[in-house]
Amino acid sequence: MKYSAAKIFLEGIFGNRGWRKAWREPQPKKNYDVIIIGGGGHGLSTAYYLSNVYNINNVAVLEKGWLGSGNIGRNTTIIRSNYLLPENEPFYEFSLKLWEGLEQDTNYNSMVSQRGVINIFHSDPQRDAFVRRGNAMLLSGADADLLDENALRKLCPYLDFENARFPVKGALMQKRGGTVRHDAVAWGYARGADMKGVDIIQNCNVEGFIIKNGVCSGVRTSKGDIQAKKVASCVAGSSSQVMSTAGIRLPIESHVLQAFVSEGLKPILDNVITFGAGHFYVSQSDKGGLVFGGDLDGYNSYAQRGNLPVVEDVCEGGMAIIPMIGRARLLRMWGGVMDMSMDGSPFIDRTHIDGLYFNGGWCYGGFKATPASGYCYAHLLATDTPHPVARGYKLDRFRTGNLIDEKGVGAQPNLH
Amino acid sequence: MIIPHPYLGPRDACEFVYKGDAELVFRPERVEPVDYDAFHDYLYLRQNPAGIHKELWYHEYGDRSWLVVTRNTQTHEILKVEFASNYISKQKNRKSNV
Ligand SMILES: Cc1cc2nc3c(=O)[nH]c(=O)nc-3n(C[C@H](O)[C@H](O)[C@H](O)COP(=O)(O)OP(=O)(O)OC[C@H]3O[C@@H](n4cnc5c(N)ncnc54)[C@H](O)[C@@H]3O)c2cc1C
Repeated sequence: MKYSAAKIFLEGIFGNRGWRKAWREPQPKKNYDVIIIGGGGHGLSTAYYLSNVYNINNVAVLEKGWLGSGNIGRNTTIIRSNYLLPENEPFYEFSLKLWEGLEQDTNYNSMVSQRGVINIFHSDPQRDAFVRRGNAMLLSGADADLLDENALRKLCPYLDFENARFPVKGALMQKRGGTVRHDAVAWGYARGADMKGVDIIQNCNVEGFIIKNGVCSGVRTSKGDIQAKKVASCVAGSSSQVMSTAGIRLPIESHVLQAFVSEGLKPILDNVITFGAGHFYVSQSDKGGLVFGGDLDGYNSYAQRGNLPVVEDVCEGGMAIIPMIGRARLLRMWGGVMDMSMDGSPFIDRTHIDGLYFNGGWCYGGFKATPASGYCYAHLLATDTPHPVARGYKLDRFRTGNLIDEKGVGAQPNLH
Repeated sequence: MIIPHPYLGPRDACEFVYKGDAELVFRPERVEPVDYDAFHDYLYLRQNPAGIHKELWYHEYGDRSWLVVTRNTQTHEILKVEFASNYISKQKNRKSNV
């Protein structure tokens, strides 16, 4: 069923009785060409691009809970392509371009809102660093604007420009950045993949792999064994758990990241704002809530909830740049399990086991990567060669010395 | 989280710096020829268990001791705390006995 304004109009007249479910609820078949483990954003976008771009339709997505129960439904929804390193920037710019066409592509309203991402700087050296980053972005075909203090005052008069400790000096802005309705991303990709015949199987926990003589030929699940020519893991925070059943140890630690939403307010924040002297980022949702977050809690965790010191730290960051935030009441907070890699960059690669592929290590920046991650993973699964913009995301890069460490902090996942 | 320090009693986890898996105290020996795989695995690969995890916490805002904390990563429950020095000697004894 194609969604359109005319369809909404007609359904309105006839009592909305003609809408059908957005995807089927099939039972698993015995055999697939590709099995994707994990029905999060990346798993579903992989299925979508496999079936819609690479014409591989005999595909199943196995999700242990319900669609979107993981990080795709828990993030702060910011999209941008303002990276520095040549292994990253073209990939994230590719992703941003896919976001720009996503709704037409999937025929689903995922509320892509290019409201602009504003990274504030607070000192001259930081300005220099942001200029360098902006130039790197321009070289990769992305957009970047340097705002001086006056320009920023016009856009965001509410910032604490005279803050004694962290005066606001200006910002690097990416106008094409913004936010996307995260759940709708999962639903749109799921619907688009399902329409091409992909089986999306929920409540199906993958418990292990069927591996013989170094070849993976399927998975063991709570719904029985399922065979496949290729098996693609895409389980974000559960990566170490799933891959350990194939005897693979990963360069990943799982950490908890928290997010917060205030009560609904009248429109006050037009853009995405990030603090340059601490860790704080905020935008306003269409329902009016201020959606914000900050640092990881900093210790290994699978608990999907964090502790109070980080709540305090995040709120302090908010108060330092937007003092009026102190008047808003906090409505909800939650946590998600992040697959933090050793250099802060992701993996899209084959493993040493034939037929077993791995996608993970997205740290806390994987939402913006959802379209490109799925596209590049689908490319790898279909052609057995890495997509040109994802060539750096190799599992063995620590062995070969080709680290992609945006922050330059070394093998300490809680610092990325 | 509250970490029960062996000498100083219950301390807020904020006073500590987190380093990660306690296996990090066992760095491979650097002997010729250098076993690069062992160093790669030591530096970059982690077990990352969902459940019981032995991990290093440094009491930076306290007595600057290194502790080995046994903690459940699914519930954040702390099951055991000991000085890293004790932990190392115990593990070494255990390893040399086998
Ligand atoms: C609080 C928070 C804020 C964030 N903010 C941003 C942001 O502003 N911008 C940004 O770019 N990124 C952000 N992120 C990061 C982003 O959400 C993640 O990197 C991304 O969603 C991970 O990919 P995914 O969607 O595939 O993960 P998930 O949605 O977690 O998908 C993985 C799926 O695998 C399933 N699974 C696990 N184990 C198994 C198994 N054994 N068998 C079957 N299925 C299994 C899980 O149930 C889950 O549904 C944020 C994350 C959090 C938690």
